[in-house]
Amino acid sequence: MTALQLGAKRARRSPRRSRWRRNIEGWLFIAPVILGILVFQFAPLLVSIYASLTDWDGLSPARFVGLNNFKTLFTGDSLFITTLRNTAYFTIGTVPVSIAVGFGLALLCNQPIRGVAIFRTAYFAPFVTNIVAIGFVWFYFFQPTDGVLNGILGVAGIHGPAWLSSSSWVMPALISVSVWQGVGYPMIILLAGLQGIPVELNEAATVDGASRFRRMRSITIPLLTPQFFFLSITQFISSFQVFGLIYVLTKGGPGHDSTVYIYYLYQNAFAYGKMGYASAMAWLVFVLIALVTLVQWKLQKRWVFYG
Amino acid sequence: MTVAATRTTTRTQGQRAPGLVSKPKQGWLSKAVLYVIMSVLAIMFLLPLIWMIGSSLKPEADVLAVPPTFLPLHPDWSNYAEVFRIIPTYFWNSVKLATLNVSGILITSSLAGFAFGRLRFWGRNFFFMVVLSTAIVPGIVYLIPQYILFSKIGWVDTHYPLWVPRVFTPVFATFLMRQAFITLPQELEDAGRIDGSSTFGIYLRIMLPQTKPTLAAIGMFTFLDSWNDLFGPLIFLNTPSLQTLPVAMAEFQTQYFTRVSLLMAAATISVLPVLVIYLLAQRYFIQGITTSGLRG
Repeated sequence: MTALQLGAKRARRSPRRSRWRRNIEGWLFIAPVILGILVFQFAPLLVSIYASLTDWDGLSPARFVGLNNFKTLFTGDSLFITTLRNTAYFTIGTVPVSIAVGFGLALLCNQPIRGVAIFRTAYFAPFVTNIVAIGFVWFYFFQPTDGVLNGILGVAGIHGPAWLSSSSWVMPALISVSVWQGVGYPMIILLAGLQGIPVELNEAATVDGASRFRRMRSITIPLLTPQFFFLSITQFISSFQVFGLIYVLTKGGPGHDSTVYIYYLYQNAFAYGKMGYASAMAWLVFVLIALVTLVQWKLQKRWVFYG
Repeated sequence: MTVAATRTTTRTQGQRAPGLVSKPKQGWLSKAVLYVIMSVLAIMFLLPLIWMIGSSLKPEADVLAVPPTFLPLHPDWSNYAEVFRIIPTYFWNSVKLATLNVSGILITSSLAGFAFGRLRFWGRNFFFMVVLSTAIVPGIVYLIPQYILFSKIGWVDTHYPLWVPRVFTPVFATFLMRQAFITLPQELEDAGRIDGSSTFGIYLRIMLPQTKPTLAAIGMFTFLDSWNDLFGPLIFLNTPSLQTLPVAMAEFQTQYFTRVSLLMAAATISVLPVLVIYLLAQRYFIQGITTSGLRG
């Protein structure tokens, strides 16, 4: 093919060629991510839907059982209900407290004092610390007789409980560690929100004679409702899927008092080899999270304020 | 930050009408009270970590003394020597996986983010929706079929499941990179085109260097996720020599249950790299949390 022919061809097809060239360029840039999502997310999703309808150990051929797994979950597995209840306990205990404490810390860190970054860093440090190291430390803090926590309580004359091996104290103990570790995140989100509130608003309110409490109720909190809304959704989703904390501190015990949903799912899939059953559980948690998120989304009109 | 600074100046200028029932100027007393409250809280947050580091430097007999002590009288480094004797493989496995994850995600997410943010091509919005749609499904739903897939192709008990799927599905990072590229000025891109750069050249040499803060934020998130991951290695790895630091530590706990000071030295080693990186780059990290958090 001569240069002349090539040139003529290029000239004739130029607009089309460049459009295709542009498309292909774009596709090449996104190809690694799009192909990755197809192979590692969409395909597994289809497998998972099928698996949830089978009796399958992941190795031998799957046996199709229809909706039996779901039926068993609701009617033939009392532990499933227990783990749901434990998860609800953990979530209801963790989410509001984390957001409230995070708000308090954000207010403190928003004060115009020197060295505030040091305090912010301190409150946030547990968030970046890995759960196994945290588990180690709290395991010894919670020991009944020679534990650090009961040692401190002992100095104050209080006889502390056996925390992790006590039926009634195990969940409060886990919730406390979870709040302690995770509260830095709501703090950072709310701090950013606080710093986005126009100074003039508070100034004007002060001139009008609004008390500190009044300004908090009528300016600060309403203007932070988008952040509170965002946190109520994200914190719910992550609390509902708590795993590491349970794995390193209690392994679900004592008895099944701290067996949460994802821990039970993990046991079913990787300890008991019930892949089909665990897949059904995974889908159920997805539906549950989606439902709660949808409800929160619908309710936001009632209380979230977009300025 | 800037808002806080402005607020300080207006407050000190004292522009309020006199005689109002309002918050007084930040006097030294209220400041002192604030410092005390914040310091007590800081100690409460740091105490477990201080105890961890303190115990790692104590002889075993002093660790669980009643009443508890927090700092060692005579620091004893022998625990570290022993931990380093036990853990080198685990430490390096964690380093290897974190490196692969961070570098891989930075490459794939910046390529895709650049295309979604700056290029015009057929199906762009559709594909972007495809990327975002996967974010609503909890990770646990993918995990079991992924496990089955990897066991079929012989990847269970290798390091591949711990980086390949992550590097090629950087949903959150792609979203952040797209935001970063969108905000760059068009002139920058045009200048590159006039100079005759290819699209890839514009991405690599002109646009990518402008997104350093976002790259830093993504790098930190990814490092943290990879370094602290317990679930992935727990499920996919069986051979002890392949194991990462968190799982190996969880195993230690059952093995060296009675040697608390040794466990705390291991825990300190696993926490220190993260704390150092966090202290060095916390500005980017916080920026990443706030921008992504509020727009996600």
